Formats: sequence, structure tokens, C-alpha cells
Amino acid sequence: MSVLVFSLIHLVRGDPIRLALGTRFSQETYDALRERSGLDLPLVQQYFTWAGRALTGDLGVSFRSGDTVTSLIGERLPATLTLALAALVVALVIALPLGMLSALHPRSLIDRVATVVSQFGISVPDFWLSIMLILVFAGLLGWLPSGGYVPLTEDPLGWLQRLVLPAVATGVVSGSVITRFVRSSMLEALGQDHVRTAQAKGVPTRQVLTWHVLRNALLPLVTVTGVQLAYLLSGVVVVEIVFSWPGLGQLAYQAVRDRDFPVLQGAVLLFALVFLVINLLVDLLYSRIDPRIARR
Amino acid sequence: MSAPSFEKPATAAAPVLEVEDLRVDLRTPRGTAHVVNGLSYTVGPGETVAVVGESGSGKSVSVLALLGLLPARTATVTGRALLQGEDLLTMAPERLRQVRGPGAGMVFQDPMTSLNPVLTVGRQLTEGLRAHGPVSKAAARARAVELLGEVGLPDPGRAVGRYPHELSGGMRQRVVIAMALANSPALLIADEATTALDVTVQAQILDLVERLQSEHGTGVIWITHDLGVVAGIADRVLVMYGGRCVEDGTVDDVLERPVHPYTRGLLGALPDLAADPDEDLATIAGTPPAPTDLPAGCVFWPRCPVRGDARCETEQPPLAVVGRGGAGLPHRAATWCAEREAS
Repeated sequence: MSVLVFSLIHLVRGDPIRLALGTRFSQETYDALRERSGLDLPLVQQYFTWAGRALTGDLGVSFRSGDTVTSLIGERLPATLTLALAALVVALVIALPLGMLSALHPRSLIDRVATVVSQFGISVPDFWLSIMLILVFAGLLGWLPSGGYVPLTEDPLGWLQRLVLPAVATGVVSGSVITRFVRSSMLEALGQDHVRTAQAKGVPTRQVLTWHVLRNALLPLVTVTGVQLAYLLSGVVVVEIVFSWPGLGQLAYQAVRDRDFPVLQGAVLLFALVFLVINLLVDLLYSRIDPRIARR
Repeated sequence: MSAPSFEKPATAAAPVLEVEDLRVDLRTPRGTAHVVNGLSYTVGPGETVAVVGESGSGKSVSVLALLGLLPARTATVTGRALLQGEDLLTMAPERLRQVRGPGAGMVFQDPMTSLNPVLTVGRQLTEGLRAHGPVSKAAARARAVELLGEVGLPDPGRAVGRYPHELSGGMRQRVVIAMALANSPALLIADEATTALDVTVQAQILDLVERLQSEHGTGVIWITHDLGVVAGIADRVLVMYGGRCVEDGTVDDVLERPVHPYTRGLLGALPDLAADPDEDLATIAGTPPAPTDLPAGCVFWPRCPVRGDARCETEQPPLAVVGRGGAGLPHRAATWCAEREAS
């Protein structure tokens, strides 16, 4: 994985030193900087130096600002986490009721509406949705700021106002995907024989739905939600840029623009790690909620 | 369609269940399937009625319809089904819920799928108990352990904490039976309840049901393929074919003196231990009719080896009394052949 990240980044055209120094510089400064940042060494050697340091938690220093990559990521991580979690909340708030209602009344009006809405949500590009949201809610109606970020501790209301639009823009896509899954896994759970057994026992409908339908529909849902969270954490790049949200996505984007290899490598490595960790958590969670897996 | 002839069997006490002209239509992509077509029977207290017939004859659907367990979107159920005098088919949903369990308990066919895989056995048993009145958790659990013991589950104290996948198929089936018995129902409906069990366990379950019947006067509908079980436990037998009752009567009447060519074929398909092992088993040629496209006359006509009457193909034979068995119970069959034989 890290080899792939490393190779891909170095395939990109453009000289980071040149970009860092601007238009006017001497050959000596150029050479000195190039030597200091290790870019004069063969690629293989560069890789092993980088990977060795990365293992100890040292991701190197930004070509651009001279800050350590870990500190840059540490600065940006909370903003991205906030956005991703908020988007997940939006996604679940959309998906759970919509998916459940569709499954309980298949082929009804609500089901058809939900299908169209989620199909739209899946197909619409998030940058377009972001821009539309800004146009309507920040421009036309003027209800919400068009972007930016203030920490929660400084201005809770301002923080929330600035969080809403990007969270919706990201959450709608995930929400649409999750809606489809809630619907299908609920439908599957509803059709199972043990639901009929529960009904035959005279268990009240509400209880049948919670314990025999939802409880079982939850199993595949956990996986999908985990994947979506991982996607949200690493996939908010475009939305972060549109809303000038100072998160990891924006950092990665800037790093690409500036050919700031260490920062980019660090960010991509982190995204990959996020995927692995979330998948691990999902598997662990799975064994908690499905007894058939726990005892194996 | 000719009018079905009703004649109520002479049961001493008021019947637990009285089904009259039950019809079930299912909407399918291939058209409307007439799965049950005018089924009438009664189950007295302490009585066991065995329902036999091939797969697809409408046995399971007819009992699912009684408890409102068919998908409402595709199933149309008409007729009357009085459980202790109350019509199940017109009952308010909440009343129906109250009746499911204490009124009528149901044992389902497939033990592998009829239990919820993510809830413990104890949870699924106590849930049924607690749905019908205030029972403390501890009391419900104690009753669950007792029930599991009654159905012959080894170490019931430990079994309540187990999940279905930790039990064998036979053990699961006993759990399903325990759930149906939990509220001491007035009517027990067993849909192939012991088919998955080995013979010794099966005998154990049959004993348990018989005890329950003598203690509580439970009426039992026993759906099965197994004519051996029928001979062992049933008081009366109802033979279904193409969603209709083609023959019913006491066990002796139906098994010893079958009238309908279908019943005769069914009995002829039983392996005989004394027969030459190289001889082929008798089978009924052909397949049951598609419920979307039932024949106009006798449902069995297309496969019938007799076809002795001109009306067979065009006119539906009514369920008519062909004799009287022990206790004066009528023996009825829906065939034109009986008439011919008698004359």
C-alpha cells in the first residue's frame, strides 16, 4: 500500500523545490534544498528512508511550510472528523426512516419517492450539490454562511451554522446509499420465517419489528455504515475545498497542488489507515451483535 | 361450481375450531392462484384432525390463513373460521394478536429458519409468554425452562441461554414446539412438526401432545405427509388435493376403506415391508394441478386412473357422505366414483 502511494506520487510531474522557492532563486539554494529534502537520492532509497521513519511516527517535513507532517495532519484531523461524523449523522437521519418506511410499504408512494430521492442522491456529484446548497441557502436565502470554520470552543453557534451545509452535502450521498441498504435488508428480514413465528406467538407488532426485523436487518447495515464512514473520512476532499473547510481533504489537495510530497504521502497513508481501522472496528462490532460469529 | 354439502360431524362438546368454506387466493405474477377452495371442517376439544396431501395441496396455506399469517398484500381469504365461537377471519388485529398463542399455537415446518438466529432460545420463549399478560422475567424464565424440559430437551436450564445455531435441528424443532405450547393453546396447529425429528423423539413429542390434549382438551390440527403418524395419533383424517378436501372421515374409514381414487393412490404409494423389494412402488402419475389453472371438473381428473364417469371432466363432485364410521361420524368423499360403486 505504502509503495503504491509513494510511487504514484512521484510519478506526478512537477518539481516541488521549484514550486516551493518561487520564481527567483539561485542554483545553489536549489541544490541545497534538494539535498536537504533527500530528493537527490534514488527513488528506492527515498522510499525506504521515508517508510522507515513513517514506522516510528515521523512522516517528514513539509517542503512548503517546514512544519512536520504529523503536526499538520494533527491540526486538520479534528475538522475532518467533525465533518465526517456530522455527515454520517445526516446520512443515518435520512436513511433509517426512509429505508424502513419503504421496506414496510413496498411499492407504495413513499417507497417510490424514496427510490427516486435516493437514486438522485447516489447519482448527483457532491461538488454540484455543494454549490447548489451554497447558492440556495447562503446566496438566495442567506440563512447560512457559505463556508469557513470556527472551532466549537470559540463560537458554538457559528460552528454549527458552518457545519450544516457541508455535512448535508456529504451526508446525502452516503444517506442515499444507506437508504437502499436499509430497505433491502429490512425487506429480507421481514420475509424470514422467524418473523412469522414471532407473529404466531402473539408478540405485538412493534416488538416484532424491533426484535425480529430491525435487529436482524442491522447486521448487514453495520458493514455498510462502516464503509460509508470510511468513505466520508477520506472522501470529503471536494466538499472541503468548496466550503473552505480546513480538513485533511483540503490539506491533501493543497499538497498535490504544491507537489508537497511528504504531506501528500502522510495524508494518503492516513486515509488508508482509516479504512483499515474502521473495517477492523466493524468486524469487532459484528461479533458483538451477531452471536453466530462471536462463538466461532 | 356446485354447492358444497355441509354436514357437521356429531361432536359432543362445542367444537374448538369450525372452518366453513375457507377460500384463499394468492396474487402471483402468473395470475391468481386458487390455493384453498372451499374447505370446511371442525376440530373438537381433545380431538386430533390430521390433514394429509401432497406438497402444494394447500395444507399449510389453509392453516396460515386461519391465523392471518399470509401476506395481506397478496392473499385474499374468505369464509368463516370460528375459534371457540369467534371468527378469526374478521377479528380486529389486536384481538387476533391476543388469540395467537393462548387461542391457537402454531408449530412451523422448518426448524432451521423458524427461530430468530440472534436471540437466545429463552428470550424467544419468554417473549411469547410475556406477550399475553403480566409475567415477571424470572417467572417467565422458570416457565421456559419447564417447557423445554417438557419437550424433552436435555439440560433445559442451560438450553435457555443458548442461541438457535448452537442446537441441533431436532432440538430446535422441540424449541419451536415448546413455543407453540407455551400458552397452553386451545388449538394446536402442527405443520409437519415432527418431520425433521427422528422416530424416538417424534414418539416423545406425540406423547406430549396427547397428554396436553387429555389435560387441557386441546384440539389439534396435524399436517403431515407421514401416514404412519396419522394412524398413530389422528382421530379424523382430512385428505386435501388441489386446495379442496377430497375425502374425510375417521382414521379407520379413510385409511382402511378409502373411497377417493386420490386417497387410494396415496395409500398405495406406501412401501409395504412384506412386498417383493424389487417391485416398483406404486406412484400417482402426473403432477398436481397448478393453482392458477385448476381443472373445471374434479381436481383429480387429469391424473385419475379411474375416470369412470362422464361428469368427471366437467362437473365438480360435491363432498358427499359415503358411509358412517365409529360413533356415527360421517365418511365423506368428493368423487363421482363412489356413487357408481354404490349403485
